[in-house]
Amino acid sequence: MEKIPRQKMPVQNPQERVKNFSSVALGYSEEQAILEAKRCIQCKNPTCVKGCPVEINIPGFIKEIANKNFTAAAKILKDKNNLPAVCGRVCPQETQCEIKCVLSKKSDPVAIGRLERFIADWERKNSPMSLPAKDSVEGDVPNLKSEILNLRSKVAILGSGPAGLTCAADLAKLGYEVTIFESLHTPGGVLMYGIPEFRLPKDIVHHEIDYIKSLGVKIKTNMLVGKIKTVKELFDEGYKAIFIGTGAGLPQFLGIPGENLNKIYSANEFLTRVNLMKAYKFPEYDTPVNIGKRVAVFGAGNVAMDSARVSLRLGAEEVFIVYRRSEKEMPARLEEIENAKEEGVKFHLLTAPIKFIGDENNNVIKVECLKMELGEPDASGRRRPVPIKGSEFTIDVDTVVIAIGQTPNPLLPKTISDLKIGKHGNIIVDEVTGATNIPGIYAGGDIATGAATVIDAMGAGKRAARAIDEYVKSKK
Amino acid sequence: MFKIIEKSTPSIKVNKFVIEAPEIAKKVLPGQFVILRLDEKGERIPITVADKDIEKGTITLFIQEVGKTTTKMGTLKNGDSILDIVGPLGVPSHIENFGTVLCIAGGVGVAVIYPIAKALKEKGNKIISILGARSKDFMILENEIKKISDEFYITTDDGSYVQKGFVSDVLKKLIAQSPGKPVADIVYAIGPVPMMRVISDITKQHNLKTIVSLNPIMVDGTGMCGACRVSVGGVTKFACVEGPDFDGHLVNWAELVNRLCVFKTKEKESLDHHCKLDK
Ligand SMILES: Cc1cc2nc3c(=O)[nH]c(=O)nc-3n(C[C@H](O)[C@H](O)[C@H](O)COP(=O)(O)OP(=O)(O)OC[C@H]3O[C@@H](n4cnc5c(N)ncnc54)[C@H](O)[C@@H]3O)c2cc1C
Ligand SMILES: Cc1cc2nc3c(=O)[nH]c(=O)nc-3n(C[C@H](O)[C@H](O)[C@H](O)COP(=O)(O)OP(=O)(O)OC[C@H]3O[C@@H](n4cnc5c(N)ncnc54)[C@H](O)[C@@H]3O)c2cc1C
Ligand code: SF4
Ligand code: FES
Repeated sequence: MEKIPRQKMPVQNPQERVKNFSSVALGYSEEQAILEAKRCIQCKNPTCVKGCPVEINIPGFIKEIANKNFTAAAKILKDKNNLPAVCGRVCPQETQCEIKCVLSKKSDPVAIGRLERFIADWERKNSPMSLPAKDSVEGDVPNLKSEILNLRSKVAILGSGPAGLTCAADLAKLGYEVTIFESLHTPGGVLMYGIPEFRLPKDIVHHEIDYIKSLGVKIKTNMLVGKIKTVKELFDEGYKAIFIGTGAGLPQFLGIPGENLNKIYSANEFLTRVNLMKAYKFPEYDTPVNIGKRVAVFGAGNVAMDSARVSLRLGAEEVFIVYRRSEKEMPARLEEIENAKEEGVKFHLLTAPIKFIGDENNNVIKVECLKMELGEPDASGRRRPVPIKGSEFTIDVDTVVIAIGQTPNPLLPKTISDLKIGKHGNIIVDEVTGATNIPGIYAGGDIATGAATVIDAMGAGKRAARAIDEYVKSKK
Repeated sequence: MFKIIEKSTPSIKVNKFVIEAPEIAKKVLPGQFVILRLDEKGERIPITVADKDIEKGTITLFIQEVGKTTTKMGTLKNGDSILDIVGPLGVPSHIENFGTVLCIAGGVGVAVIYPIAKALKEKGNKIISILGARSKDFMILENEIKKISDEFYITTDDGSYVQKGFVSDVLKKLIAQSPGKPVADIVYAIGPVPMMRVISDITKQHNLKTIVSLNPIMVDGTGMCGACRVSVGGVTKFACVEGPDFDGHLVNWAELVNRLCVFKTKEKESLDHHCKLDK
């Protein structure tokens, strides 16, 4: 039999796509998906599944695709993953499931992520789920009578990012009455405010959140827990357990002179303006964003790549990624680094900033940098960048985005007395159950691990849901 | 949706809104603010809660028309609704019995200082108030503040009401009248940035501890975006979660002024766009 090659994903041409915010990757056709699915050899002991934090039956859904049973494939996928269209787009499959696929030993692994995306998209287009009516979204489970509802245990979820959404959906599937409290005006967490439209269209996030609502989950927006309500008050209101999924919030800054000059943004501010507040449609939308002609982005993770690519789409002429280590250490997903390069983002590697210089109006105009070389590995296992003496040079810029990471937002943890907190402000949890040191309070996602990935946050939400179920039952 | 129960226009360009928001009313304390978004395409704007009525479940906001959102709000009527309001946000003002408190406020800052002054009065402080406005027609909450003040002064820039001059003139006079003895144990100064800056400069010379309420540009208001960062005592602080109250003697005022101007041209574009739409 002739060997089928790994199917390429059709994408928008780079020259075109830097002018718009539409999806970069366009998704497999049916034919391509079936061809790709046929590459899977249906291992008896599928190693790919071990790489998936939410334990999707990967060969199972791929087999159904190969047999053109898309509905069945979707069912298997959603059995474990409540946000498949999101994961199919943003998970780092190359370092999780695909790296563990047996085919990768001899050739290319099965494109598990692209198949996941294909099925989620197919389902969205072809078998629209029955959504609850708009005004019942805030409220009731479609098929349960209120008397029954009263008998069910209530669980509160704080934060509606991937961790909170997953925990909520799994608990709802187990029959709990679940309420999510979200501080922003829109649920979704980083999926809504951080990851740009061209990588993760917002109507897809809305659609998957609507699915979760259809399971009976209530979502209360504009509720900053810790201020409007304390955790203690939630327990007093009858919530039997609480899951904290409030994410990584506080942006980190470089701590160098000139950092508060105008047009120096944290990535969070920059991306929130553009994604959540739709500043790319200003002035039709009210929130502005300033973008100049020459933009420097500090950092090299997904957040930095997103900021750089957003800058190009807002009309910047030259965009630089400035990173103090080498390409090998860049934490961003491979696909996103490649996309950024194709779109014309330039890379200043082994370069660290030492100060920002402004003009008479306090707008940033230059950044002074030092060249670095790699020394011995540090605690993170990566080789430590060491400054090269006398290598100072400046880059002319008129906009700067700082994307060097976030630390967990301390606002809520600070309001829970006796809650165990780590050195970096993260909530300390049991890795298996997500339990904190306080009975009935669980946590997971970026607030526990520090900035990580969507799928890790979902995995944590899933494990916590299981643990919460056991905890609540043990109390009855 | 948050319903407007009562709207009025107590002064030129300042509108008063009483809004149904029972949960916020229950929780909000003096010095705290909310962030509201008018409609689907709206910006998130921070506004201090000037008053509350827990029984009626309402909060009161005084909003000065300066740009697109605040101007658009001026067109709202009783019964209209605001899409989103989140709060209370920020650290409540520190209220204790200091002895004598000097409350200095200008413009819409009067609405911000009102709940603080009221709480300070309830704690047993002697309240000396100095209110300032551009002219008589710009004065708000005069009677309410007068009622809780032991000493009360008003200035108007153009002399159209009571006394011509600035709040800083009254402050200087009070200091001069009380040689060798501090005029107050603590000063609260809230209003336009230039006013807070001038007051802080004066009180610094006389070693009078001064609290100001900063109004940097904000987006989320929960410590996530870093837009509201201000330098206080050489350290970067997030005004939305560590403020808005800070020690006026430690604030880097020049930086705050610059950062408030960062969207000037864009804001004008937005207002023009809005005006065209209305035509
Ligand atoms: C720009 C960007 C790009 C990224 N790209 C990728 C990618 O390609 N692939 C990938 O796997 N990961 C990516 N990540 C990381 C990933 O998005 C996060 O790891 C993930 O979203 C964490 O999920 P979470 O549920 O823990 O928190 P979040 O998604 O941060 O959600 C937390 C939610 O809690 C709310 N909240 C906070 N405090 C409170 C409170 N007190 N009360 C109520 N609500 C509160 C917040 O408003 C927010 O909505 C990216 C991150 C960013 C910022
Ligand atoms: C903690 C806090 C409390 C406040 N309380 C009140 C109040 O009680 N009453 C009141 O009238 N105003 C208050 N403000 C100021 C108010 O938020 C701004 O006037 C409003 O955001 C302007 O919106 P706009 O769209 O009408 O104007 P824009 O056209 O957007 O801006 C006009 C000017 O307002 C300032 N501004 C713009 N956006 C913001 C923002 N997001 N945050 C702060 N300032 C901004 C800038 O200096 C700008 O040049 C407060 C601000 C803060 C930070
Ligand atoms: S390891 Fe690869 S080939 Fe084997 S079941 Fe998983 S996807 Fe298919
Ligand atoms: S407004 Fe975003 S951190 Fe304060």
